[in-house]
Amino acid sequence: MLLDTRQSLETPEGALLPLTPAGFGVRVLAQLLDILIRYGIVTVIFIALSLLGRMGTGIALILAFLLEWFYPVFFEVTRQGRTPGKKWMGIRVVNDDGTPITFGPSLLRNLLRFVDFLPMLYLTGIVASLCNRQFKRLGDLAAGSMVIYEAPPAREPSFEVRGQLPVPADFSTDEQRALLAFAERSKYLSAERRSELATILLPVIGSKDPVIAIKQMANTMVGKQ
Amino acid sequence: MKQGQFEQLYQPLWHVMELEIIELEKPDGRLKGSELASFASRYRRLCHFHALAKDRHYSSHLVDKLGDLVVRGHQQLYRRKQPFMQQFTSFIVAGFPRLVREQQRYVWWATALLYVPGLLMFLAILWQPDLVYTVTAPEQVSSFESMYDPENRTLGSARESDTNVQMFGFYISNNISVAFRTFASGIVFGVGSIFFLVYNGLLMGAVAGHLTNAEFTQTFFTFVVGHGSFELTAICIAGAAGLKLGYALLAPGNLTRKESLKRASLIAIQLVYGVIIMLVIAAFIEAFWSSNNILMPWQKYLVGGFLWALVIGYLVFSGRSLRGERGQG
Repeated sequence: MLLDTRQSLETPEGALLPLTPAGFGVRVLAQLLDILIRYGIVTVIFIALSLLGRMGTGIALILAFLLEWFYPVFFEVTRQGRTPGKKWMGIRVVNDDGTPITFGPSLLRNLLRFVDFLPMLYLTGIVASLCNRQFKRLGDLAAGSMVIYEAPPAREPSFEVRGQLPVPADFSTDEQRALLAFAERSKYLSAERRSELATILLPVIGSKDPVIAIKQMANTMVGKQ
Repeated sequence: MKQGQFEQLYQPLWHVMELEIIELEKPDGRLKGSELASFASRYRRLCHFHALAKDRHYSSHLVDKLGDLVVRGHQQLYRRKQPFMQQFTSFIVAGFPRLVREQQRYVWWATALLYVPGLLMFLAILWQPDLVYTVTAPEQVSSFESMYDPENRTLGSARESDTNVQMFGFYISNNISVAFRTFASGIVFGVGSIFFLVYNGLLMGAVAGHLTNAEFTQTFFTFVVGHGSFELTAICIAGAAGLKLGYALLAPGNLTRKESLKRASLIAIQLVYGVIIMLVIAAFIEAFWSSNNILMPWQKYLVGGFLWALVIGYLVFSGRSLRGERGQG
């Protein structure tokens, strides 16, 4: 059973797209960043254009209006669903079917932001996003969009151990995956924890240093020397 | 096949794929037609690799890497077209008025919600002038009075062009924001749209009634008659779009509420496109024409009447096909 929030979406090719919806915490941070950027720009605009007198004020008002309602729309449509704040936080907006968000849905979800904000501080949006599995606020529900985490760029595996060791033939595929996962994640574990976990397998592997043995088996599985 | 062999054999293929996807993800990415033509078939091979890798329980590293490419490839292959500019003209000429006629049930309701309270308030204030203070603050009332007082013609005659630009900016940001709120709050089962429509109607009726009592009718009505056509109609349509969202939630029919809301939003957002265009026109008229006091009142009424006829005629007749054929709208 999976305990994480990952959702799978089946494509016409039969592949399952793994999408990880982003919860309100990270989205609030992204929104805060966007607000800071937006207000920064608006301040600069008003200061610069106030030099032009009333005409400048008029132009500044229009620009401020555009920034208020269309800043997220512009970035979401032209930057594959990422406003600067979202990009910073590693999230982006997609349509329900996993495709990049388009103009209509983007405008809709950003207009409905007004309702999601009510009564204060996005309370409606937060409550709504906690009521469904994709963390959709009202704007997302109406527009058929969702906010997902960007997949982190994949790295070459390096298990910091040379040499190969055959994997025992009676290991099931799930058990093999467990070995691989251990080897891939072992650098995030402390040395004590590493050996504690690896020692569980000691009776099966029968090696002096089970950590190295497992990593060598992982080398065999990914075809590394 | 061992994972290492698999990777060695096919890595060049998905490396090419990755480069192509990166190119497609750029806003101004350039790929040749021939490369694009074979993208779909290559993408299907990639999906095949991903499925194989998963089925053979290769390392999660490889499966995730291929999975990531599949997601990104999917997004590029299936991304929706956005032929915004091409559709723009046909939307204005035919699409929008057709849509308004199609959704006229909501438009009529919104119109009633704006004008009926407005008219009642207007009549009530003619009868009991003090009722104006039920919807507006005294300071606001006096500011309206000084705005439309024929004695101080700040509203117009010698207004300079840069003031016009300033007011244009103000009307754009204020009116379109009001329309957006009227629309968006409709998602709360229509309550928000109803509130904004009725409130704006009451306010409008109160100001009109009060200024009629003060006998500033000429300055007031010559000012509002021009842009009112576009502005009030646009607010009605924004309200109608909001009511549609609310109704979709209240009475989803055979659909789930979520699905019903999604389908209604698809139509409602198109109404909002039209509303934005109408309000930009309205702000333009309001800033550069309505404020002009050099013209005689009859000229302004004439043009105002013409604009009303234009808006109504546009919504009623534009986009109907000739020879009695039914339009596709």
